[in-house]
Amino acid sequence: MDHRIRVLVAKPGLDGHDRGAKVIARALRDAGMEVIYTGLRQTPEMIVNASLQEDVQVIGLSILSGAHNAIVPRVMELLREKHMDDVLVVIGGIIPDEDAAKLKQLGVAAVFQPGASLDEIVGFIRSSVKQTA
Amino acid sequence: MKLASAITSLSGIPIEPVYGPEHVRGLELPAPGEFPYTRGIHRDMYRGKLWTMRQFSGFGTPEETNRRYLYLLSQGQTGLSVAFDLPTLMGYDADHVTAEGEVGKCGVSISSLEDMEILFGGIPLGDVTVSMTINSPAPVIWAMYLAAGEKQGVDWTRMSGTLQNDILKEYIAQKEYIYPPRPSMRLVTDVIEYCTQRVPRFNPISISGYHIREAGSTAVQELAFTLRDGIEYVDWALERGLLVDSFAPRLSFFFNSHSDFFEEIAKYRAARKIWAETMRNRFGATDERSWKLRTHAQTAGCSLTWQQPYNNIVRTTLQALAAVLGGTQSLHTNSLDEAYALPSEHAVTIALRTQQIIAYESGVPAAPDPLAGSYFVESLTMEMEKRANDYIRRIDEMGGMIPAIERGFPQTEIADASYQFQHTIETGEQKIVGVNAFVEKNEDPIELLHIDESAQQLQVQKLVKLKSERSNEKVRKSLDELKRAADGRDNTMPFILDAVRAYATVGEICDAFRESFGTYTETSVL
Repeated sequence: MDHRIRVLVAKPGLDGHDRGAKVIARALRDAGMEVIYTGLRQTPEMIVNASLQEDVQVIGLSILSGAHNAIVPRVMELLREKHMDDVLVVIGGIIPDEDAAKLKQLGVAAVFQPGASLDEIVGFIRSSVKQTA
Repeated sequence: MKLASAITSLSGIPIEPVYGPEHVRGLELPAPGEFPYTRGIHRDMYRGKLWTMRQFSGFGTPEETNRRYLYLLSQGQTGLSVAFDLPTLMGYDADHVTAEGEVGKCGVSISSLEDMEILFGGIPLGDVTVSMTINSPAPVIWAMYLAAGEKQGVDWTRMSGTLQNDILKEYIAQKEYIYPPRPSMRLVTDVIEYCTQRVPRFNPISISGYHIREAGSTAVQELAFTLRDGIEYVDWALERGLLVDSFAPRLSFFFNSHSDFFEEIAKYRAARKIWAETMRNRFGATDERSWKLRTHAQTAGCSLTWQQPYNNIVRTTLQALAAVLGGTQSLHTNSLDEAYALPSEHAVTIALRTQQIIAYESGVPAAPDPLAGSYFVESLTMEMEKRANDYIRRIDEMGGMIPAIERGFPQTEIADASYQFQHTIETGEQKIVGVNAFVEKNEDPIELLHIDESAQQLQVQKLVKLKSERSNEKVRKSLDELKRAADGRDNTMPFILDAVRAYATVGEICDAFRESFGTYTETSVL
């Protein structure tokens, strides 16, 4: 049986700047995880449906446009509706500290801001998924 | 601590311990203002005219952005540059379902001619040059700009500025496309043709490497893909039946100015040489204005750090200096707080002052191309040229940029380069001060610009009012005619202008094109 951690990397909203999402997706793959990259302009509904179908343990959202306060609450709500609360949600992007705190209250496990290292992100996902498994 | 990147440039060009005449064998170096313009497009360069200081700016409602423009002009800025929000860039109105949370965030929200009139209220469009960063909906936004000029009573032959209108780099890097590549290229060519005939002082396209670099390319890739995009646009305009010297003088470029100081200077110099030779030899242009590569430059947004943000002023200063030593025609300097948000008025003022200090205090603009003859800079310039030409040849062999994009070639090259670069940061081989070297534990927060969440509500209210006051019959008729033009072969610009004058919205006009052309989804390359 494959024990690799399954991660969905998604880019919600209208923004097309996918450099960060792609670098993270590759880094997680190089770290031995199974990565599904959704591509651009995914709605919260598409992201949650894909996560359900792909049976992932982790959702990584890359948001740089400032639309996180509209997008993330909707993703968290849909996950609850579908009883997928056990899926770990991590966010990367340009998220001000005060917004990061609010998103964590909604159940987001971690917010990685600019300058976060790949090691830190990989390490966080590894240790968090182990704890919940 | 040892120097990082002491062995290769950021693009991977090996750097010798010392440079001498043996590194520049065969170098020919005509004077500034002479073909192939390696040393600059003007004989007197900045002695004759300083570069245009043009800060890219836009946020929230057109009313708010108009106030920022009036402020920037009052502070000595010499040109305007409009940043649009993501719904506008993607051809959606402020009331579209996908616009939720995005209105006014990354730029100003423009849904109709009414918004454009507000944006330039009190700004004489016959006197100020305006650059507009818009691509897929570029013909629509440009039509709104021209119509706003009409409303001010300004003759189009007096209007000057630049429309980005560079769709190829969207497929390659920034990914703000709506339609598939070929109909998109037709719209780009419609703008070039209409501009050549009707708005002769306007630059109908800004062929952009900036976004390619921000997506993680090397300087060589930025140079090569940008110039190859330029070749593609020339091919399409010639195919349309335009004469090369009728439109080529108004093609403009836009490059990044990144952190590797000498490599960046070499990039600008090599760009001018390759373009001049391409225009003369490949396309047979005979007007020397067609040979001259004119460019805007912007310091590298992706080099700004969240950590120790005041260091960004220093980074930006070095990058701006590289662009000036490289001979740019206009310049945007990034603000210290842009790893966090759109810049505050305080931060953008420092960024503008940075340019003013280089221009008026440093003495740098006094002599054209002051680094000419440096063994190191000339050798780097020759190497950049050689490597860029290799890429251009490979893309030619693929059948041009569209087939190259369709097979994911530039996208893959960029993704590989960006991943490798990130690795050098992770391993510490590439030092980034404040991020992986000289880190500080407790940093004080800086003051940021906050975009009012009310922008969306205000913009939607205006749209509702507009749609109840305009003649919807006239709008419907103009959109029907536009759709017929899109299905046929006519230049679409006159039809877009009619729709815009009837106050059809960006979303309505782009929807008409969506019906005709379909939409594009990329196959993601990891």
